[in-house]
Amino acid sequence: MYRSLRRITFSQWLLLLLLTGIGLFMFIPIVFLFNNAFKPLSELFIFPPTIFVRQPTWANFERLFLFTSSGAVPFTRYLFNSAIVVVIALIGVVLVSTMAGYVLSKHRFHFKSLIMGTIMISLMFVPETVLIPRYLVINALGIRDTYFVHILPFVASPVAVFLIKQFIDQIPDSLMEAAKLDGATDVYIFTKIIIPLIGPAVATVSIITFQAVYMNVETSQFYVTNETLRTMAYYMTSFTVNIPGVAAASLGAAIGLLMFLPNLILFLTFQRKMIETMLHSGVK
Amino acid sequence: MEPTLPSVQPSIKTRRRKTDLKQRIVLFIQECWRDRLSYLFLAPFLICFAAFILVPVLMAAFLSVTSFNGIGFPKFIGFDNFIAMVTQDFVFMRNTLPNTLQFAVIVGPGGYILSFVFAWLIHQLPRGAREWYTLALYAPSMVGGVALSVVWVAAFSGDRAGYLNNILMSLNMIDSPKLWLQDPNYLMIIMIIVSLWTSMGVGFLAMLGGLQTVNTELYEAGRIDGIKSRLQEVYYITIPSMKPQMLFSAVMTIVGTLQAGQISSQLTGMTVTPNYAGHLISNHIEDYAFLRYEWGYASALSIVLLMMGYALMRLSYVLFRTKEDE
Repeated sequence: MYRSLRRITFSQWLLLLLLTGIGLFMFIPIVFLFNNAFKPLSELFIFPPTIFVRQPTWANFERLFLFTSSGAVPFTRYLFNSAIVVVIALIGVVLVSTMAGYVLSKHRFHFKSLIMGTIMISLMFVPETVLIPRYLVINALGIRDTYFVHILPFVASPVAVFLIKQFIDQIPDSLMEAAKLDGATDVYIFTKIIIPLIGPAVATVSIITFQAVYMNVETSQFYVTNETLRTMAYYMTSFTVNIPGVAAASLGAAIGLLMFLPNLILFLTFQRKMIETMLHSGVK
Repeated sequence: MEPTLPSVQPSIKTRRRKTDLKQRIVLFIQECWRDRLSYLFLAPFLICFAAFILVPVLMAAFLSVTSFNGIGFPKFIGFDNFIAMVTQDFVFMRNTLPNTLQFAVIVGPGGYILSFVFAWLIHQLPRGAREWYTLALYAPSMVGGVALSVVWVAAFSGDRAGYLNNILMSLNMIDSPKLWLQDPNYLMIIMIIVSLWTSMGVGFLAMLGGLQTVNTELYEAGRIDGIKSRLQEVYYITIPSMKPQMLFSAVMTIVGTLQAGQISSQLTGMTVTPNYAGHLISNHIEDYAFLRYEWGYASALSIVLLMMGYALMRLSYVLFRTKEDE
């Protein structure tokens, strides 16, 4: 970074300054979240209100874990639910979408253009619009109040299939033809040639799915009545709604931070791969 | 002999056509069987897609022309739901629709343009510095509206300890604390600001990727052809070169904008906001679906929302579709 910094011109310095300003401004809520999560209760009621924490404390996190363990459902249960749902959904989406993406990109068969056309239209699909029919389907399948209802609807992800298909498109066909001449089967080509080459797309799809599942509130709210099967995102929403005002702000910020950190770590790890995938994300 | 020929030929023709059809069906089935592995690979996705997207959409379309309360069987009533929406549902016509349009018109194109401007600015930086700025801009959308609501509620809190109140009062711009989130006059503006804050999402990343695909030789060629300013460069070279990513980003923006219904209830803590000030179509759907159990009418609303999304997507295709000769 330093080497590249030496080469930049005056106008680039101006640009850097402007962007730093914008970046800091955009980052205010995140800074706020971090600070509030570590504020002791006494600092929350200080007037005038402060942004930065003076005496950071773990008390909010301790309270979060203890506070709810005296209630009907311990906080750790929501955490566990979120974790298990996210992990299984991720595996499911990656597996299902790579298989579909591979076939849609490299095979020729009837109905392919019909299926592709449907996927392109459903890129704009908003799940919130079909809450009721989904409820009826979920009821009919008998998966209400199970972990499946958290997972299966997300496995059908047109965006994931689209991104992976676009990424596989740029893998040359000759690679597969050569393998076929050597007698490789489709399963072999898929697992040994395609999968190792589409790492960036898989990483991107994982991040997008992670966000969608981890942040999802609707499923817990509408399709799950059993409190022990609801997720952390739901717990957090009900929390901020039920306990308004400043007192909830610190506990809420503590959960908010817990919700944010895994996202941040994932993005930091895979940022370059995500941009690399986006090179091929165009709709032609 | 000649007169007999015409009567014979048609029968041969039809017979041939019949065998043709039969052969074609057999061939079709054979081809399908030959491609069975392709279908097998697609099956898991297609099954989930059918169960949770296709069937629900079709069911919504069916329910939208019925009267249905969740119990019993849906009763067919034709287009009454849609007629009622326009003629009888005053909240819809007076609040929901204008609110949704206002929100969508500002947050949709606004967030889209901001994403492009920021992505373009970041792209002008040297490679090593880009990642940090990308992170800073993308971070709010990662936290998501729900997790950030804690922050917004505190920032716009109605007492003197609220951050906005405190700042404005110390600047002497207001003399008494304002109830920002409870006041119908301000709720919509706050919803828009908050949504814009989190609008640098996947679409923003797609634009960053798209900017990298632009062939840099084109800029030099453009300079020779008489392009004078950076603005012209963006309009004549950059955007046309990254149309595919612009289109993908537009679709993602549409989804994000239409989805945003939770934000109003998150900010106020109520499903139905004061004076319907922050009432969007998705809140209206939730209201009719889960508070009033008028599922037929709620489905009609869903269909309207889906049609709006589809129309907007077609519009983006018209704007950004790569033409055959490009």
